[in-house]
Amino acid sequence: MSLSVKKDDKLSDLFLQTKPVPSGLEGFSGLKSEARQILLERGFPTTKNEEYKYTNISKRIADSIENPDAPSPISDTSQIESYRELLASIDGYEVVFNNGIPDLSQTDMSDAKFDAQLFSAMDASVAGRIGTIEKSEKDAFSALNTLSFSEGLFINIPDGTVVEKPIVLIHYVQADKNGDCIHPRYFVKSGKTSQATIIELTVYTGSQTVFVNALSEWSVAPNAHIRHYKLQDGHKDTLEVHNTSADVDRDATLMSVVLSLQAGMIRNNLSLNLNAGNCEGNMYGLYLLNGKTHVDNHTNVDHTQPNSDSNELYKGILTDHSRGVFNGKIFVRQIAQKTNAFQQNNNILLSEDATVNTKPQLEIWADDVKCSHGCTTGQLDEEALFYLRARGMSKESAKALLLYAFAGEVLDKISIEPFKKYCEKIVHERLGGSY
Amino acid sequence: MLSIKNLHASVEGTAILNGINLEIKPGEVHAVMGPNGSGKSTLASVLAGREEYEVTEGEVYFKGKNLLELSPEDRAREGVFLAFQYPVEIPGVSSTNFLRTAVNQVREYRGQEPLDAVKFLALMKEKMKLVEIDQKLLSRALNEGFSGGEKKKNEIFQMAILEPTLSILDETDSGLDIDALKVVANGVNQLKSKDNATIVVTHYQRLLDYIVPDFVHVLFNGQIVKSGTKELALELEQKGYDWIKDEVSGTAV
Ligand SMILES: Nc1ncnc2c1ncn2[C@@H]1O[C@H](COP(=O)(O)OP(=O)(O)OP(=O)(O)O)[C@@H](O)[C@H]1O
Ligand SMILES: [Mg+2]
Repeated sequence: MSLSVKKDDKLSDLFLQTKPVPSGLEGFSGLKSEARQILLERGFPTTKNEEYKYTNISKRIADSIENPDAPSPISDTSQIESYRELLASIDGYEVVFNNGIPDLSQTDMSDAKFDAQLFSAMDASVAGRIGTIEKSEKDAFSALNTLSFSEGLFINIPDGTVVEKPIVLIHYVQADKNGDCIHPRYFVKSGKTSQATIIELTVYTGSQTVFVNALSEWSVAPNAHIRHYKLQDGHKDTLEVHNTSADVDRDATLMSVVLSLQAGMIRNNLSLNLNAGNCEGNMYGLYLLNGKTHVDNHTNVDHTQPNSDSNELYKGILTDHSRGVFNGKIFVRQIAQKTNAFQQNNNILLSEDATVNTKPQLEIWADDVKCSHGCTTGQLDEEALFYLRARGMSKESAKALLLYAFAGEVLDKISIEPFKKYCEKIVHERLGGSY
Repeated sequence: MLSIKNLHASVEGTAILNGINLEIKPGEVHAVMGPNGSGKSTLASVLAGREEYEVTEGEVYFKGKNLLELSPEDRAREGVFLAFQYPVEIPGVSSTNFLRTAVNQVREYRGQEPLDAVKFLALMKEKMKLVEIDQKLLSRALNEGFSGGEKKKNEIFQMAILEPTLSILDETDSGLDIDALKVVANGVNQLKSKDNATIVVTHYQRLLDYIVPDFVHVLFNGQIVKSGTKELALELEQKGYDWIKDEVSGTAV
């Protein structure tokens, strides 16, 4: 008897085989089996699923990913040259994820005012927090990460602590062969009135097809101020899913800035739960896409209590056959009076074959709120271009200047100067300007 | 310096300029007047190289070169400057950066050394004084949120920096208060020399009291229907355009 395997079952076959829970993670076996159950019942999203209508990442994974387990660890990540200069200029606390597995042995924690623990060695008192902010039922890839992670990192910023230097999470990814995948996982707990900046980079060595399925949870306590900058700069055969969820408490702020520059396909799911009064969630994104790169940003901000603010600005410049997707959900619950929620998505298309699908989704149940949203997709402003050329600037540099100004609004949100400079430089180079 | 012969231009298939003839020599100031919609800004835009306007007939030579073959930036580098009737607001672009890039690209074209930051700043300071423009304005994004008058001043400031040989001022006086008008006119006059020329597009005789034209032309339906000296501007101020329209239709009958 021959078994015919349906195409969309390939991912279930690949990822849902029963295997033992890695040693040290026994405490998470309940969480993992729940994740597995959800995936068994619901499967992986196709384009029939509204949330994945434009982003057929399941198919991309099914077509190119062969190995459900992480490739073997890189023998010496300190030899990897990419980003060395940037890392030196940032001078932060560097925490390495080696093919998805956090490795604290290289982190100089001598003057660090925060602590970092592996999931396999963490205090039972905090282990129960894992999986409470980003739940498996929310997204198939979130469930897949929970099912598949074989280690994780717990970062704890104690009450009243200001971590002056940025914490830099560096994901080193090196596939053994085409079709590998990794499932990085971490949790950031920031205590009351603490402050910290986390920069996240992914470094691919080699050009193999890889799938990075990352998940992070953020607990932001009252009056804490946390900034998270993420740089996505892979190559044409990298597939990435990032599920990022935060609970934000009263008087606290969480800012997320995501820069997407190169990839095969990226799906970012960002969810902020604004759970108390006077807190703020800020979401910024910039995507510069060329070739066949496909980047999908789904954001979700939930105003559950009165007096909270959210600000959102995503901007894209697209050329060649690239595709951008933006979906911004804003929920304002009935008791969440005096909410301020602003959302903008602006896109510039530089070629006829580039496309953008943008959709704001507002559900507002309270009546005394200020909400606004807008999206634009268009070409470069011809009037402005002519004005600059009429002053003697070449068409190329006038274009680059205008594009750079457009992108600059997002780059300006980055407050770590060396990192900002670095991002400005690569954006500058990408926009091809000699001005 | 500038020679326009039988210039016809249209936009999206509609003819707007219907045979313009104009000769301008170094050192001259020409005023172009005419009712709304007669084609004054179109003429200015065609000279500056705006691509939406299609030249269907005629020729334009500037300092012996076929102007119509040059890109807008090369026209600027050759010395053509258009002060826009409606200067464009460009958020995120700093006035200073933009101008320095523009100046240096113009200099490169002319085979001159680029200006370094210090030299450029000195040039800015000198020209700021000339048009009495506030430093604060120039530290903002280009024209963004500028008042109508501030935008016009900024145009003349850019002109002063770029030192063109042919300046086309498209209604630079509209939106200026009396004092600003004097400052702008004074700036234009100081930049005047025997080697450069100015085209002043205006609706009002007032400006021409300060920038005295050698010739005044009346544009109507995309043609220059009357030319004269500065007295013609005074006559238009008193009598309006109806008598000219009558003259034109009279000859047409
Ligand atoms: N891009 C365009 N598309 C369609 N029509 C245009 C365009 N540009 C100019 N026109 C038309 O051409 C005619 C001449 O316009 P132009 O701006 O040159 O007039 P003007 O003499 O400068 O007028 P004003 O004194 O009001 O500034 C007008 O009827 C105008 O509507
Ligand atoms: Mg006009």
